[in-house]
Amino acid sequence: MATSNDGPSLSQQRQRAAFWFLAPMLLALLCVAAWPLLRTIWFSLTDTSLNNLYGGEWIGFDNYLSIRVLESGRVIYRGTLVDAAWWNAVWNTVRFAVTSVFFETLLGLIVALVLNAEFKGRGLVRAAILIPWAIPTIVSAKMWAWMLNDQFGIINDILLGFGLIDQKIAWTASPDTAMTAVLIVDIWKTTPFMALLILAGLQMVPRDIYEAARIDGVNPVKVFFRITLPLIRPALMVAVIFRMLDALRIFDLVYVLTPNSAATKTMSVISRENMIDFDKFAYGAAQSTLLFAIIAVFVSVYIWLGRVDLSGEGQR
Amino acid sequence: MTRLNGRAWRTAAIGAIVSVLSGPVLAEEIFYVSGAVGNAVEDFKSLVKPWEEATGNTVTMVPMPASTTDQFGQYRLWLAAGASDIDVYQTDVIWAPQLADHFVDLTEIAKDAAPQHFPSIIESQTVNGKLVALPVFTDAPALYYRKDLLEKYGKPVPATWEELTITAQEIQDAERAAGKADLWGFVWQGNAYEGLTCNALEWVKSFGGGQIVEPDGTISINNEKAALALDTVKGWVGTISPEGVLAYQEEEARGVWQTGNAVFMRNWPYAYGLGNGDDSAVKGLFDVAPLPTGGGSDSSAATLGGWNVAVSKYSTKQEAAISLVLFLAGPEAQKERAVKSSNLPTLMALYDDPDIAAAQPIIPRWKEVFLQAVPRPSAPTKGKYNEVSAKFWSAVHQTLSGNGSAAENLELLEVELTDIKGSEW
Repeated sequence: MATSNDGPSLSQQRQRAAFWFLAPMLLALLCVAAWPLLRTIWFSLTDTSLNNLYGGEWIGFDNYLSIRVLESGRVIYRGTLVDAAWWNAVWNTVRFAVTSVFFETLLGLIVALVLNAEFKGRGLVRAAILIPWAIPTIVSAKMWAWMLNDQFGIINDILLGFGLIDQKIAWTASPDTAMTAVLIVDIWKTTPFMALLILAGLQMVPRDIYEAARIDGVNPVKVFFRITLPLIRPALMVAVIFRMLDALRIFDLVYVLTPNSAATKTMSVISRENMIDFDKFAYGAAQSTLLFAIIAVFVSVYIWLGRVDLSGEGQR
Repeated sequence: MTRLNGRAWRTAAIGAIVSVLSGPVLAEEIFYVSGAVGNAVEDFKSLVKPWEEATGNTVTMVPMPASTTDQFGQYRLWLAAGASDIDVYQTDVIWAPQLADHFVDLTEIAKDAAPQHFPSIIESQTVNGKLVALPVFTDAPALYYRKDLLEKYGKPVPATWEELTITAQEIQDAERAAGKADLWGFVWQGNAYEGLTCNALEWVKSFGGGQIVEPDGTISINNEKAALALDTVKGWVGTISPEGVLAYQEEEARGVWQTGNAVFMRNWPYAYGLGNGDDSAVKGLFDVAPLPTGGGSDSSAATLGGWNVAVSKYSTKQEAAISLVLFLAGPEAQKERAVKSSNLPTLMALYDDPDIAAAQPIIPRWKEVFLQAVPRPSAPTKGKYNEVSAKFWSAVHQTLSGNGSAAENLELLEVELTDIKGSEW
């Protein structure tokens, strides 16, 4: 009691200590996240090109939208916001993200439920199921590209063998199947990740609740919807948001599997294309900035709608 | 005791450092970056051996993906960052205007060597009076055809695209009926990348539809002949060409061809040497001809390709790098490339070389293909070439995969190209 006037209180001391422990990480984040982000936003407001990275001049928001009235009275709109290729990429990305995350969550949940059950060799199966996640995306994308190849691919061979198709499908070439091909590979690759996160949630569920339900004779389907699902919901929501963030900035898989196909081009792919291939660095930077903004909005809305608890307060 | 050892160690260390520091003057390690198709990596090792022995330097090849679009993206990044890791770049014929700022001017250095190459190629590598790169080989595609199958069905080598369509369909149908279910009439490069620009330029040009952007900068692509050309090609997809052809690059087409599953193929000269390799199912069964013409036009077209070597401005070993470049563009290396990899020399004298004629009889004959070569519009469109090419291949790819008719897509393309052009290229 007497020490209260002598110096900072215990909680103040703890806060100060916490700050100093966090400082190195904040500094690192500032360097590797905040600085590149701010610089990209700055580039997007200039006319920088790759051959002249430091000589860009301020042009305001022309990379986003510029309106010019010609002498003839015709109005010309330019910029990313009226670029059909950009909106096509946005649509592709959103379509991809929603579909892939939906299937990954569903399959991940099923896999997690299976792995949560007691059976012999469970440890081995848990390790084995992580293999697709452990393979670098470039490698697995190349591997799948060969498997999906129309002439030599094993997928067509199997489907033909079973008589499921009567003609070889050009998976990555045809605009109708290109997105499906990308989705198949992504779901194959990321389901284990989802399964693992959900499994962690499942293991937090106390066993005695299940026992009580069993004694009361509740049927398993009801147990799942009334007990399991509500209890793993926080873990599930966090897993979904992780995947969503990942899916919205998908680049490598699309770039390797179906490069340049308008049916699968995502926001990251088109922004890179402008920056590097077309020497429109500032224009690409504007698209990167928009990508950042779209992800930020998406995540905020999700957290707000789903009331996802990222602070951990609810756990106390 | 320990002290003495410490001193002895220090002396040795200083000696080592001195020798390392003085070492590079005697022998440099040059990093050479290049796309790799077929046997490129092994062939390159034996190719530079004489140079390594003569100068005491060594060359390490950094292999890159075969797609020229992918290579360009990476090189542009390295060069923009001023990276000194790579000393010599193997560059595509179309890159000179876009990367000129980053390479050493070779005009003075290659004063004597330059006039021995085809003038049009040297010209394509000269930007505002600066010689950016020296050619190591040139490329012009041809029509590969199966001699045995044409003979079996009594067909001549097609001179027009229409004839090719009919012949390919007939042989494909007959062979499939005879049990060869995987046989296709014609394979080419239909993936949405630079290679499709090459293929499509040939169709359009050989139908008399111009060359996308004419040398004086006018956008000429929106015309009936170009639309007719694309409609003809659209008719191939799924009939004489597999639907997957729309994802093929050079190596996928060669894969189908070299396993004996195609009657015709459009490809670059490198496929000739590989097709006659011991592991090839079509060894000795095929020949090449100039690409056909179409739509009643009388001249065929072959897109001018080819590779060059340029020295990075950011290299710390420019002297050795320049010496390597001169060697690679010189007669000894070009001859070896011609004999071993069926790459077309850019030195005019080599077309009369008896050794090359004996080892690769097609090379002297390729002169005929080469004479009909058309350049891609990289000169008139300058720094905007990549964007123009991407718009063009996208429009073609859209048409071939059934999104909109050729006429619609070409009209749209014209608008887009006019937008990109702005007031001038």
